[in-house]
Amino acid sequence: MQKLTKDDVHPKIVEALLRADTNITIEDALENEMILNMGPQHPATHGVLRLLLRLDGETIMACVPELGYLHRGYEKMAENMSYYEFVPHTDRLDYLAPLANNVAYVLAVEKLAGIEVPPRAQYIRMMVAELARIASHLVAMGALAMDVGALTIFLWTLREREKILDIWDILCGARFTNSYTRIGGVANDAQPEALAKVKWFIDQFDEKLEECERLLNTNRIFIERLEGIGVVSSEDAIDLGLTGPNLRGSGVEFDLRRATPYLFYNEMDFKVITHKEGDSLARYFVRVDEAYESAKIVRQILDKMPQGETMANQPKKVLPKKAEVYSKMEELIHDFMIINFGINPPVGEIYSAVENPKGELGFYLVSKGEGHPWKCKIRSPSFVNLQAIPHLVKGHMISDVVAIVGSLDPVMGEADK
Amino acid sequence: MELKDLVIQKLNDKFKDVNFEFVEYRNELTIIFDKKNIVDVCKFLKDDGDLQFNLCEDVTAIDWAKPKNRFTIVYHIFSLKNNFRLSLKSNVDESDCSIDTVSSIWKTADWEEREVYDMYGIKFNNHPDLRRMYMPEDFEYHPLRKDFPLMGIPGSLPLPKK
Repeated sequence: MQKLTKDDVHPKIVEALLRADTNITIEDALENEMILNMGPQHPATHGVLRLLLRLDGETIMACVPELGYLHRGYEKMAENMSYYEFVPHTDRLDYLAPLANNVAYVLAVEKLAGIEVPPRAQYIRMMVAELARIASHLVAMGALAMDVGALTIFLWTLREREKILDIWDILCGARFTNSYTRIGGVANDAQPEALAKVKWFIDQFDEKLEECERLLNTNRIFIERLEGIGVVSSEDAIDLGLTGPNLRGSGVEFDLRRATPYLFYNEMDFKVITHKEGDSLARYFVRVDEAYESAKIVRQILDKMPQGETMANQPKKVLPKKAEVYSKMEELIHDFMIINFGINPPVGEIYSAVENPKGELGFYLVSKGEGHPWKCKIRSPSFVNLQAIPHLVKGHMISDVVAIVGSLDPVMGEADK
Repeated sequence: MELKDLVIQKLNDKFKDVNFEFVEYRNELTIIFDKKNIVDVCKFLKDDGDLQFNLCEDVTAIDWAKPKNRFTIVYHIFSLKNNFRLSLKSNVDESDCSIDTVSSIWKTADWEEREVYDMYGIKFNNHPDLRRMYMPEDFEYHPLRKDFPLMGIPGSLPLPKK
Protein backbone atom coordinates (compact mmCIF):
# COMPACT_ATOMS: atom_id res chain seq x y z
CA MET A 1 0.00 0.00 0.00
CA GLN A 2 1.30 3.43 -0.93
CA LYS A 3 1.50 6.19 1.61
CA LEU A 4 -0.33 9.44 1.06
CA THR A 5 2.05 12.22 0.11
CA LYS A 6 1.77 15.99 0.03
CA ASP A 7 0.78 15.85 -3.62
CA ASP A 8 -2.27 13.73 -2.83
CA VAL A 9 -3.69 15.85 -0.06
CA HIS A 10 -3.44 19.61 -0.20
CA PRO A 11 -1.88 21.05 2.98
CA LYS A 12 -4.97 23.18 3.60
CA ILE A 13 -7.18 20.07 3.73
CA VAL A 14 -4.87 18.42 6.24
CA GLU A 15 -4.94 21.61 8.25
CA ALA A 16 -8.76 21.67 8.22
CA LEU A 17 -8.79 18.05 9.27
CA LEU A 18 -6.44 18.58 12.18
CA ARG A 19 -8.14 21.79 13.24
CA ALA A 20 -11.61 20.24 13.33
CA ASP A 21 -12.69 20.22 16.94
CA THR A 22 -13.38 16.76 18.20
CA ASN A 23 -14.73 15.70 21.52
CA ILE A 24 -14.22 11.99 21.03
CA THR A 25 -12.09 10.38 23.68
CA ILE A 26 -11.19 6.75 23.59
CA GLU A 27 -9.93 4.69 26.43
CA ASP A 28 -6.81 2.83 25.48
CA ALA A 29 -6.18 5.05 22.49
CA LEU A 30 -3.58 4.09 19.99
CA GLU A 31 -0.33 5.96 19.98
CA ASN A 32 -0.79 7.75 16.70
CA GLU A 33 -3.67 9.09 14.69
CA MET A 34 -4.00 8.25 11.06
CA ILE A 35 -5.43 10.04 8.04
CA LEU A 36 -7.36 7.84 5.65
CA ASN A 37 -8.36 8.85 2.17
CA MET A 38 -11.73 7.48 0.99
CA GLY A 39 -12.70 8.13 -2.59
CA PRO A 40 -13.10 9.82 -5.03
CA GLN A 41 -13.03 6.39 -6.68
CA HIS A 42 -14.84 4.25 -4.15
CA PRO A 43 -17.86 2.07 -4.87
CA ALA A 44 -19.73 3.17 -1.75
CA THR A 45 -19.38 6.93 -2.08
CA HIS A 46 -22.09 7.08 -4.79
CA GLY A 47 -19.95 8.86 -7.33
CA VAL A 48 -16.88 10.98 -6.99
CA LEU A 49 -17.17 12.04 -3.38
CA ARG A 50 -13.90 12.19 -1.50
CA LEU A 51 -13.79 11.92 2.26
CA LEU A 52 -10.68 12.44 4.34
CA LEU A 53 -10.98 10.74 7.67
CA ARG A 54 -8.88 11.34 10.76
CA LEU A 55 -8.82 8.06 12.62
CA ASP A 56 -7.79 6.84 15.98
CA GLY A 57 -7.72 3.09 15.59
CA GLU A 58 -10.93 2.52 13.70
CA THR A 59 -12.86 5.38 15.28
CA ILE A 60 -13.42 8.53 13.28
CA MET A 61 -12.25 11.66 15.04
CA ALA A 62 -12.96 14.10 12.25
CA CYS A 63 -13.94 14.09 8.62
CA VAL A 64 -13.49 16.59 5.80
CA PRO A 65 -15.42 15.99 2.56
CA GLU A 66 -13.88 17.22 -0.67
CA LEU A 67 -16.21 18.08 -3.53
CA GLY A 68 -15.69 19.29 -7.05
CA TYR A 69 -14.55 16.21 -8.93
CA LEU A 70 -17.66 16.44 -11.13
CA HIS A 71 -17.89 20.21 -11.26
CA ARG A 72 -19.00 21.12 -14.77
CA GLY A 73 -19.86 24.76 -14.15
CA TYR A 74 -23.55 24.56 -15.03
CA GLU A 75 -24.25 27.91 -13.42
CA LYS A 76 -21.70 29.57 -15.69
CA MET A 77 -23.11 27.76 -18.71
CA ALA A 78 -26.67 28.79 -17.82
CA GLU A 79 -25.62 32.45 -17.92
CA ASN A 80 -24.43 31.96 -21.47
CA MET A 81 -27.37 30.16 -23.05
CA SER A 82 -31.07 30.83 -23.50
CA TYR A 83 -33.66 29.58 -21.05
CA TYR A 84 -34.75 26.87 -23.49
CA GLU A 85 -31.26 25.56 -24.04
CA PHE A 86 -30.71 24.85 -20.38
CA VAL A 87 -33.53 22.28 -20.04
CA PRO A 88 -31.41 19.30 -21.22
CA HIS A 89 -28.67 20.27 -18.78
CA THR A 90 -31.01 19.90 -15.83
CA ASP A 91 -31.23 16.19 -16.68
CA ARG A 92 -27.60 15.88 -15.69
CA LEU A 93 -28.03 17.29 -12.21
CA ASP A 94 -29.79 14.55 -10.29
CA TYR A 95 -29.43 11.90 -12.96
CA LEU A 96 -31.53 9.39 -11.04
CA ALA A 97 -34.63 11.59 -11.32
CA PRO A 98 -34.09 13.70 -14.45
CA LEU A 99 -37.77 14.46 -14.94
CA ALA A 100 -38.13 15.97 -11.49
CA ASN A 101 -35.30 18.40 -12.33
CA ASN A 102 -36.91 19.30 -15.66
CA VAL A 103 -40.13 20.14 -13.86
CA ALA A 104 -38.32 22.20 -11.21
CA TYR A 105 -36.48 24.27 -13.80
CA VAL A 106 -39.41 25.05 -16.07
CA LEU A 107 -41.56 25.99 -13.07
CA ALA A 108 -38.91 28.54 -12.12
CA VAL A 109 -38.72 30.00 -15.62
CA GLU A 110 -42.51 30.14 -15.88
CA LYS A 111 -42.69 31.98 -12.59
CA LEU A 112 -40.09 34.45 -13.84
CA ALA A 113 -41.72 34.98 -17.22
CA GLY A 114 -45.30 34.79 -15.97
CA ILE A 115 -46.53 31.93 -18.14
CA GLU A 116 -49.79 30.14 -17.34
CA VAL A 117 -49.63 26.44 -18.10
CA PRO A 118 -52.73 24.38 -19.02
CA PRO A 119 -53.93 21.94 -16.34
CA ARG A 120 -53.34 18.78 -18.37
CA ALA A 121 -49.67 19.66 -18.76
CA GLN A 122 -49.43 20.33 -15.03
CA TYR A 123 -50.98 16.95 -14.26
CA ILE A 124 -48.56 15.19 -16.59
CA ARG A 125 -45.67 16.99 -14.92
CA MET A 126 -46.91 15.95 -11.52
CA MET A 127 -47.20 12.34 -12.70
CA VAL A 128 -43.66 12.18 -14.10
CA ALA A 129 -42.25 13.92 -11.04
CA GLU A 130 -43.83 11.33 -8.76
CA LEU A 131 -42.63 8.46 -10.96
CA ALA A 132 -39.16 10.01 -10.77
CA ARG A 133 -39.46 10.05 -7.00
CA ILE A 134 -40.33 6.36 -6.96
CA ALA A 135 -37.43 5.54 -9.30
CA SER A 136 -34.99 7.55 -7.22
CA HIS A 137 -36.12 6.04 -3.93
CA LEU A 138 -35.88 2.54 -5.39
CA VAL A 139 -32.25 3.15 -6.32
CA ALA A 140 -31.56 4.71 -2.94
CA MET A 141 -33.06 1.69 -1.20
CA GLY A 142 -31.13 -0.83 -3.31
CA ALA A 143 -27.85 1.04 -3.12
CA LEU A 144 -28.05 1.45 0.64
CA ALA A 145 -28.71 -2.27 1.07
CA MET A 146 -25.83 -3.07 -1.25
CA ASP A 147 -23.52 -0.75 0.67
CA VAL A 148 -24.16 -2.69 3.86
CA GLY A 149 -23.82 -6.04 2.14
CA ALA A 150 -27.26 -7.19 0.93
CA LEU A 151 -26.76 -7.57 -2.81
CA THR A 152 -30.02 -9.20 -3.90
CA ILE A 153 -32.25 -6.27 -3.10
CA PHE A 154 -30.37 -3.99 -5.48
CA LEU A 155 -31.32 -6.26 -8.39
CA TRP A 156 -34.94 -6.36 -7.25
CA THR A 157 -35.37 -2.61 -6.93
CA LEU A 158 -33.58 -1.96 -10.21
CA ARG A 159 -35.97 -4.40 -11.88
CA GLU A 160 -38.88 -2.26 -10.66
CA ARG A 161 -37.12 0.93 -11.75
CA GLU A 162 -36.62 -0.56 -15.19
CA LYS A 163 -40.41 -0.58 -15.61
CA ILE A 164 -40.50 3.16 -14.90
CA LEU A 165 -37.74 3.74 -17.44
CA ASP A 166 -39.84 1.81 -19.96
CA ILE A 167 -42.76 4.17 -19.26
CA TRP A 168 -40.50 7.16 -19.86
CA ASP A 169 -39.33 5.55 -23.07
CA ILE A 170 -42.90 5.50 -24.41
CA LEU A 171 -43.72 8.92 -22.96
CA CYS A 172 -40.76 10.95 -24.16
CA GLY A 173 -38.62 8.70 -26.30
CA ALA A 174 -35.74 8.51 -23.87
CA ARG A 175 -35.12 6.29 -20.91
CA PHE A 176 -32.63 8.34 -19.02
CA THR A 177 -31.96 11.94 -20.00
CA ASN A 178 -35.54 12.80 -20.82
CA SER A 179 -35.74 16.61 -21.31
CA TYR A 180 -39.49 16.11 -21.48
CA THR A 181 -40.79 19.40 -20.15
CA ARG A 182 -40.85 22.60 -22.16
CA ILE A 183 -41.31 26.14 -20.95
CA GLY A 184 -45.08 26.47 -21.10
CA GLY A 185 -45.97 22.80 -21.09
CA VAL A 186 -44.62 19.38 -21.98
CA ALA A 187 -43.01 18.21 -25.22
CA ASN A 188 -45.89 15.96 -26.23
CA ASP A 189 -49.18 14.80 -24.81
CA ALA A 190 -49.17 11.60 -22.74
CA GLN A 191 -50.13 8.79 -25.10
CA PRO A 192 -52.93 6.40 -24.06
CA GLU A 193 -50.48 3.47 -24.09
CA ALA A 194 -48.15 5.35 -21.76
CA LEU A 195 -50.99 6.08 -19.33
CA ALA A 196 -52.10 2.44 -19.54
CA LYS A 197 -48.58 1.35 -18.68
CA VAL A 198 -48.45 3.76 -15.75
CA LYS A 199 -51.70 2.26 -14.49
CA TRP A 200 -50.38 -1.25 -14.86
CA PHE A 201 -47.16 -0.32 -13.08
CA ILE A 202 -48.91 1.38 -10.17
CA ASP A 203 -51.32 -1.53 -9.73
CA GLN A 204 -48.54 -4.05 -9.21
CA PHE A 205 -46.09 -1.71 -7.50
CA ASP A 206 -47.26 -1.95 -3.88
CA GLU A 207 -47.00 -5.70 -3.91
CA LYS A 208 -43.49 -5.67 -5.41
CA LEU A 209 -42.25 -3.05 -2.98
CA GLU A 210 -43.64 -5.05 -0.06
CA GLU A 211 -41.67 -8.02 -1.36
CA CYS A 212 -38.47 -5.96 -1.36
CA GLU A 213 -39.29 -4.55 2.04
CA ARG A 214 -39.86 -8.01 3.54
CA LEU A 215 -36.41 -9.01 2.39
CA LEU A 216 -34.80 -6.13 4.27
CA ASN A 217 -36.98 -5.48 7.28
CA THR A 218 -36.50 -9.01 8.58
CA ASN A 219 -32.80 -8.97 7.86
CA ARG A 220 -30.99 -8.72 11.15
CA ILE A 221 -27.66 -7.71 9.67
CA PHE A 222 -29.26 -4.90 7.70
CA ILE A 223 -31.12 -3.54 10.72
CA GLU A 224 -28.12 -3.74 13.01
CA ARG A 225 -25.85 -2.02 10.54
CA LEU A 226 -28.23 0.97 10.39
CA GLU A 227 -30.01 1.29 13.70
CA GLY A 228 -28.62 4.10 15.83
CA ILE A 229 -25.97 4.95 13.23
CA GLY A 230 -25.60 8.58 12.20
CA VAL A 231 -28.22 10.05 14.50
CA VAL A 232 -29.16 13.67 13.91
CA SER A 233 -31.67 15.48 16.10
CA SER A 234 -34.44 17.55 14.57
CA GLU A 235 -32.86 20.87 15.66
CA ASP A 236 -29.48 19.88 14.23
CA ALA A 237 -31.11 18.66 11.04
CA ILE A 238 -32.75 22.04 10.45
CA ASP A 239 -29.58 23.87 11.43
CA LEU A 240 -27.53 21.79 8.98
CA GLY A 241 -30.07 22.57 6.28
CA LEU A 242 -31.09 18.99 5.57
CA THR A 243 -34.18 18.74 3.41
CA GLY A 244 -36.28 15.98 1.94
CA PRO A 245 -36.31 12.44 3.38
CA ASN A 246 -33.21 13.18 5.46
CA LEU A 247 -35.00 15.95 7.35
CA ARG A 248 -38.23 13.97 7.70
CA GLY A 249 -36.20 11.06 9.05
CA SER A 250 -35.45 13.31 12.02
CA GLY A 251 -39.11 13.94 12.72
CA VAL A 252 -39.57 17.34 11.09
CA GLU A 253 -42.76 17.44 9.09
CA PHE A 254 -41.57 19.62 6.24
CA ASP A 255 -42.45 18.87 2.65
CA LEU A 256 -42.55 21.64 0.06
CA ARG A 257 -45.44 19.89 -1.67
CA ARG A 258 -47.44 20.67 1.47
CA ALA A 259 -45.69 23.80 2.76
CA THR A 260 -45.73 25.84 -0.46
CA PRO A 261 -47.99 23.89 -2.83
CA TYR A 262 -47.08 24.04 -6.51
CA LEU A 263 -48.60 22.24 -9.53
CA PHE A 264 -51.79 20.64 -8.16
CA TYR A 265 -50.40 19.10 -4.98
CA ASN A 266 -52.96 20.96 -2.86
CA GLU A 267 -55.67 18.82 -4.48
CA MET A 268 -53.87 15.55 -3.77
CA ASP A 269 -54.41 13.44 -0.72
CA PHE A 270 -51.11 12.20 0.66
CA LYS A 271 -49.34 11.87 3.97
CA VAL A 272 -46.07 13.58 4.81
CA ILE A 273 -44.02 10.68 6.15
CA THR A 274 -41.92 11.32 9.22
CA HIS A 275 -39.89 9.07 11.48
CA LYS A 276 -38.57 10.56 14.63
CA GLU A 277 -35.47 8.43 15.34
CA GLY A 278 -33.15 10.40 13.05
CA ASP A 279 -30.79 7.48 12.38
CA SER A 280 -29.88 5.84 9.09
CA LEU A 281 -32.65 3.28 9.47
CA ALA A 282 -35.28 6.03 9.88
CA ARG A 283 -34.09 7.71 6.69
CA TYR A 284 -34.44 4.40 4.88
CA PHE A 285 -37.97 3.90 6.24
CA VAL A 286 -38.99 7.40 5.15
CA ARG A 287 -37.92 6.65 1.59
CA VAL A 288 -39.80 3.37 1.41
CA ASP A 289 -42.98 4.85 2.87
CA GLU A 290 -42.72 7.81 0.54
CA ALA A 291 -42.60 5.50 -2.44
CA TYR A 292 -46.01 4.11 -1.36
CA GLU A 293 -47.36 7.65 -0.98
CA SER A 294 -46.07 8.61 -4.42
CA ALA A 295 -47.83 5.60 -5.91
CA LYS A 296 -50.99 6.82 -4.18
CA ILE A 297 -50.57 10.27 -5.72
CA VAL A 298 -50.03 8.81 -9.20
CA ARG A 299 -53.25 6.81 -8.82
CA GLN A 300 -55.17 10.00 -8.00
CA ILE A 301 -53.54 11.82 -10.90
CA LEU A 302 -54.67 9.10 -13.33
CA ASP A 303 -58.23 9.48 -12.07
CA LYS A 304 -58.30 13.26 -12.16
CA MET A 305 -56.24 14.07 -15.25
CA PRO A 306 -58.28 16.45 -17.45
CA GLN A 307 -58.28 16.52 -21.25
CA GLY A 308 -57.03 19.52 -23.17
CA GLU A 309 -53.97 21.34 -24.39
CA THR A 310 -50.48 20.52 -23.17
CA MET A 311 -48.80 23.75 -24.24
CA ALA A 312 -49.60 27.29 -23.16
CA ASN A 313 -50.97 29.59 -25.83
CA GLN A 314 -48.44 32.42 -25.57
CA PRO A 315 -46.74 32.50 -28.97
CA LYS A 316 -44.07 35.02 -28.00
CA LYS A 317 -42.81 32.90 -25.14
CA VAL A 318 -43.65 29.30 -25.97
CA LEU A 319 -42.07 27.39 -28.83
CA PRO A 320 -44.62 26.43 -31.54
CA LYS A 321 -45.06 22.86 -32.72
CA LYS A 322 -42.56 21.76 -35.36
CA ALA A 323 -45.22 20.82 -37.93
CA GLU A 324 -46.69 24.31 -37.73
CA VAL A 325 -43.30 25.97 -38.07
CA TYR A 326 -42.90 24.34 -41.47
CA SER A 327 -46.35 25.30 -42.73
CA LYS A 328 -47.32 28.65 -41.16
CA MET A 329 -45.61 32.02 -41.43
CA GLU A 330 -46.52 33.36 -37.96
CA GLU A 331 -45.17 30.28 -36.23
CA LEU A 332 -41.99 30.39 -38.28
CA ILE A 333 -41.36 33.98 -37.13
CA HIS A 334 -41.98 33.15 -33.48
CA ASP A 335 -39.79 30.07 -33.70
CA PHE A 336 -36.99 32.15 -35.21
CA MET A 337 -37.30 34.85 -32.55
CA ILE A 338 -37.39 32.45 -29.62
CA ILE A 339 -34.50 30.35 -30.86
CA ASN A 340 -32.29 33.31 -31.75
CA PHE A 341 -33.19 35.91 -29.13
CA GLY A 342 -34.85 33.96 -26.34
CA ILE A 343 -37.99 34.65 -24.39
CA ASN A 344 -36.81 37.81 -22.59
CA PRO A 345 -38.63 37.63 -19.25
CA PRO A 346 -39.21 41.01 -17.55
CA VAL A 347 -36.46 42.44 -15.33
CA GLY A 348 -36.67 40.78 -11.95
CA GLU A 349 -35.56 37.83 -9.91
CA ILE A 350 -37.30 34.85 -8.40
CA TYR A 351 -36.50 31.84 -6.28
CA SER A 352 -38.56 28.78 -6.99
CA ALA A 353 -38.15 25.54 -5.06
CA VAL A 354 -39.76 22.14 -5.40
CA GLU A 355 -39.60 18.94 -3.42
CA ASN A 356 -37.26 16.66 -5.34
CA PRO A 357 -36.56 13.05 -4.34
CA LYS A 358 -33.35 14.18 -2.64
CA GLY A 359 -34.76 17.30 -1.02
CA GLU A 360 -35.40 20.89 -1.91
CA LEU A 361 -34.23 21.75 -5.41
CA GLY A 362 -34.33 25.50 -5.90
CA PHE A 363 -33.56 27.70 -8.87
CA TYR A 364 -32.70 31.34 -8.32
CA LEU A 365 -33.02 33.21 -11.60
CA VAL A 366 -32.09 36.84 -12.22
CA SER A 367 -33.32 38.38 -15.44
CA LYS A 368 -32.12 41.65 -16.94
CA GLY A 369 -34.75 41.41 -19.66
CA GLU A 370 -32.43 39.52 -21.97
CA GLY A 371 -32.77 36.15 -23.68
CA HIS A 372 -30.43 34.45 -21.25
CA PRO A 373 -30.46 34.64 -17.46
CA TRP A 374 -28.06 37.06 -15.83
CA LYS A 375 -27.63 34.61 -13.01
CA CYS A 376 -28.87 31.10 -12.41
CA LYS A 377 -28.17 29.57 -9.06
CA ILE A 378 -28.98 25.93 -8.48
CA ARG A 379 -29.74 25.15 -4.85
CA SER A 380 -29.06 21.45 -4.96
CA PRO A 381 -30.27 19.28 -2.10
CA SER A 382 -27.39 16.78 -2.27
CA PHE A 383 -24.82 19.53 -1.79
CA VAL A 384 -26.42 20.76 1.40
CA ASN A 385 -27.19 17.26 2.66
CA LEU A 386 -23.53 16.25 2.27
CA GLN A 387 -22.60 19.00 4.67
CA ALA A 388 -24.01 16.85 7.45
CA ILE A 389 -21.47 14.06 6.91
CA PRO A 390 -18.73 15.37 9.26
CA HIS A 391 -21.39 15.82 11.91
CA LEU A 392 -22.88 12.35 11.39
CA VAL A 393 -19.77 10.19 11.15
CA LYS A 394 -17.97 11.54 14.18
CA GLY A 395 -17.33 8.79 16.68
CA HIS A 396 -18.44 5.97 14.40
CA MET A 397 -16.39 3.25 12.73
CA ILE A 398 -15.09 3.31 9.16
CA SER A 399 -17.64 0.73 8.05
CA ASP A 400 -20.45 2.99 9.30
CA VAL A 401 -19.36 5.78 6.96
CA VAL A 402 -20.57 3.65 4.08
CA ALA A 403 -23.97 3.17 5.69
CA ILE A 404 -24.29 6.88 6.54
CA VAL A 405 -23.37 8.07 3.05
CA GLY A 406 -25.82 5.54 1.61
CA SER A 407 -28.61 6.67 3.91
CA LEU A 408 -28.09 10.34 2.99
CA ASP A 409 -28.46 9.31 -0.67
CA PRO A 410 -26.34 11.99 -2.33
CA VAL A 411 -25.98 12.25 -6.10
CA MET A 412 -22.70 13.85 -7.04
CA GLY A 413 -23.96 15.16 -10.36
CA GLU A 414 -26.19 17.45 -8.36
CA ALA A 415 -23.83 18.21 -5.48
CA ASP A 416 -21.04 19.28 -7.84
CA LYS A 417 -23.27 21.01 -10.36
CA MET B 1 -51.87 40.80 10.09
CA GLU B 2 -50.12 39.22 7.15
CA LEU B 3 -46.68 37.88 7.79
CA LYS B 4 -45.13 40.19 5.21
CA ASP B 5 -46.35 43.23 7.13
CA LEU B 6 -45.32 41.67 10.41
CA VAL B 7 -41.74 41.16 9.19
CA ILE B 8 -41.58 44.74 7.93
CA GLN B 9 -43.01 46.17 11.11
CA LYS B 10 -40.81 44.13 13.43
CA LEU B 11 -37.63 44.99 11.54
CA ASN B 12 -38.48 48.69 11.49
CA ASP B 13 -39.23 48.66 15.22
CA LYS B 14 -36.14 46.73 16.20
CA PHE B 15 -33.55 48.38 13.94
CA LYS B 16 -34.45 52.06 13.95
CA ASP B 17 -31.15 53.28 12.53
CA VAL B 18 -30.93 50.79 9.65
CA ASN B 19 -32.17 51.75 6.22
CA PHE B 20 -34.34 48.90 4.97
CA GLU B 21 -35.63 48.74 1.45
CA PHE B 22 -38.56 46.38 0.94
CA VAL B 23 -39.26 45.02 -2.53
CA GLU B 24 -42.07 42.72 -3.50
CA TYR B 25 -41.97 40.86 -6.78
CA ARG B 26 -44.15 37.92 -7.82
CA ASN B 27 -45.35 37.51 -4.27
CA GLU B 28 -41.86 37.28 -2.80
CA LEU B 29 -40.57 39.73 -0.24
CA THR B 30 -36.96 40.92 -0.54
CA ILE B 31 -35.23 43.09 2.03
CA ILE B 32 -32.18 45.11 1.06
CA PHE B 33 -29.93 46.68 3.67
CA ASP B 34 -26.34 47.54 4.47
CA LYS B 35 -23.87 44.70 4.84
CA LYS B 36 -22.59 45.75 8.25
CA ASN B 37 -25.94 44.80 9.84
CA ILE B 38 -26.19 41.37 8.27
CA VAL B 39 -25.37 39.32 11.37
CA ASP B 40 -27.66 41.29 13.69
CA VAL B 41 -30.62 41.19 11.33
CA CYS B 42 -30.20 37.47 10.59
CA LYS B 43 -29.91 36.65 14.26
CA PHE B 44 -33.05 38.61 15.01
CA LEU B 45 -35.02 36.98 12.21
CA LYS B 46 -34.01 33.53 13.40
CA ASP B 47 -34.54 34.02 17.13
CA ASP B 48 -37.75 36.06 17.12
CA GLY B 49 -40.57 33.91 18.46
CA ASP B 50 -43.16 34.92 15.87
CA LEU B 51 -40.90 34.73 12.84
CA GLN B 52 -38.44 31.86 13.41
CA PHE B 53 -36.63 31.83 10.11
CA ASN B 54 -34.74 28.71 11.11
CA LEU B 55 -33.91 27.18 7.73
CA CYS B 56 -31.29 28.89 5.60
CA GLU B 57 -31.98 27.60 2.13
CA ASP B 58 -29.40 29.33 0.07
CA VAL B 59 -26.60 31.86 0.05
CA THR B 60 -25.39 33.15 -3.26
CA ALA B 61 -24.03 36.24 -4.96
CA ILE B 62 -24.73 38.18 -8.14
CA ASP B 63 -21.99 39.87 -10.15
CA TRP B 64 -23.49 42.98 -11.74
CA ALA B 65 -20.26 43.80 -13.61
CA LYS B 66 -20.42 47.49 -12.69
CA PRO B 67 -17.88 49.72 -10.95
CA LYS B 68 -19.82 50.57 -7.79
CA ASN B 69 -21.41 47.88 -5.63
CA ARG B 70 -20.31 45.19 -8.02
CA PHE B 71 -21.66 42.24 -6.02
CA THR B 72 -24.90 41.53 -4.24
CA ILE B 73 -25.08 38.75 -1.69
CA VAL B 74 -28.48 37.04 -1.56
CA TYR B 75 -29.77 34.91 1.30
CA HIS B 76 -32.95 32.86 1.06
CA ILE B 77 -34.32 31.93 4.43
CA PHE B 78 -37.43 29.99 5.28
CA SER B 79 -39.62 29.86 8.35
CA LEU B 80 -40.84 26.32 9.00
CA LYS B 81 -43.36 27.66 11.49
CA ASN B 82 -45.04 30.07 9.08
CA ASN B 83 -44.14 28.42 5.76
CA PHE B 84 -42.80 31.72 4.57
CA ARG B 85 -39.75 32.50 2.44
CA LEU B 86 -37.75 35.69 2.65
CA SER B 87 -34.84 37.01 0.62
CA LEU B 88 -32.19 39.24 2.16
CA LYS B 89 -29.79 41.24 0.06
CA SER B 90 -26.67 43.22 0.73
CA ASN B 91 -24.36 44.99 -1.65
CA VAL B 92 -20.62 44.38 -1.55
CA ASP B 93 -18.18 46.68 -3.27
CA GLU B 94 -15.18 45.31 -5.10
CA SER B 95 -12.74 47.53 -3.19
CA ASP B 96 -13.86 46.01 0.12
CA CYS B 97 -14.76 42.53 -1.07
CA SER B 98 -15.91 41.02 2.20
CA ILE B 99 -18.96 40.52 4.39
CA ASP B 100 -19.50 38.99 7.83
CA THR B 101 -20.32 35.32 7.93
CA VAL B 102 -23.71 34.05 9.09
CA SER B 103 -22.44 30.49 9.56
CA SER B 104 -22.63 30.97 13.33
CA ILE B 105 -26.41 31.46 12.95
CA TRP B 106 -27.16 28.75 10.41
CA LYS B 107 -24.62 25.95 9.99
CA THR B 108 -25.82 25.49 6.42
CA ALA B 109 -24.26 28.79 5.48
CA ASP B 110 -20.80 27.31 6.05
CA TRP B 111 -20.54 25.49 2.73
CA GLU B 112 -22.78 27.91 0.89
CA GLU B 113 -20.41 30.73 1.79
CA ARG B 114 -17.41 28.68 0.80
CA GLU B 115 -19.04 28.19 -2.58
CA VAL B 116 -19.60 31.94 -2.95
CA TYR B 117 -15.98 32.57 -1.97
CA ASP B 118 -14.83 30.01 -4.53
CA MET B 119 -16.98 31.32 -7.35
CA TYR B 120 -16.89 35.09 -6.73
CA GLY B 121 -13.91 35.71 -4.48
CA ILE B 122 -15.92 37.44 -1.78
CA LYS B 123 -14.34 36.91 1.62
CA PHE B 124 -16.47 36.06 4.63
CA ASN B 125 -15.09 37.55 7.84
CA ASN B 126 -14.86 35.18 10.83
CA HIS B 127 -15.72 32.15 8.71
CA PRO B 128 -14.44 29.00 10.47
CA ASP B 129 -13.04 27.24 7.42
CA LEU B 130 -12.88 29.45 4.35
CA ARG B 131 -11.46 27.19 1.65
CA ARG B 132 -12.48 26.69 -1.94
CA MET B 133 -15.47 24.44 -2.45
CA TYR B 134 -15.19 23.08 -5.99
CA MET B 135 -12.06 24.42 -7.62
CA PRO B 136 -8.57 23.23 -6.65
CA GLU B 137 -7.00 25.13 -3.77
CA ASP B 138 -4.26 26.72 -5.89
CA PHE B 139 -6.59 27.94 -8.65
CA GLU B 140 -6.15 31.68 -9.03
CA TYR B 141 -9.43 32.84 -10.56
CA HIS B 142 -13.08 32.99 -9.58
CA PRO B 143 -15.10 31.33 -12.34
CA LEU B 144 -18.53 32.89 -11.90
CA ARG B 145 -17.26 36.45 -12.12
CA LYS B 146 -18.44 38.00 -15.34
CA ASP B 147 -14.88 38.77 -16.47
CA PHE B 148 -13.94 35.08 -16.40
CA PRO B 149 -14.38 33.69 -19.92
CA LEU B 150 -16.80 30.83 -20.54
CA MET B 151 -14.12 28.67 -22.15
CA GLY B 152 -11.82 29.08 -19.16
CA ILE B 153 -8.26 30.34 -19.11
CA PRO B 154 -5.79 28.01 -20.83
CA GLY B 155 -3.07 26.83 -18.50
CA SER B 156 -4.86 27.90 -15.32
CA LEU B 157 -5.53 24.30 -14.30
CA PRO B 158 -2.32 22.27 -14.35
CA LEU B 159 -2.71 18.75 -15.68
CA PRO B 160 -1.50 15.90 -13.48
CA LYS B 161 2.10 14.87 -13.99
CA LYS B 162 2.67 11.67 -15.93
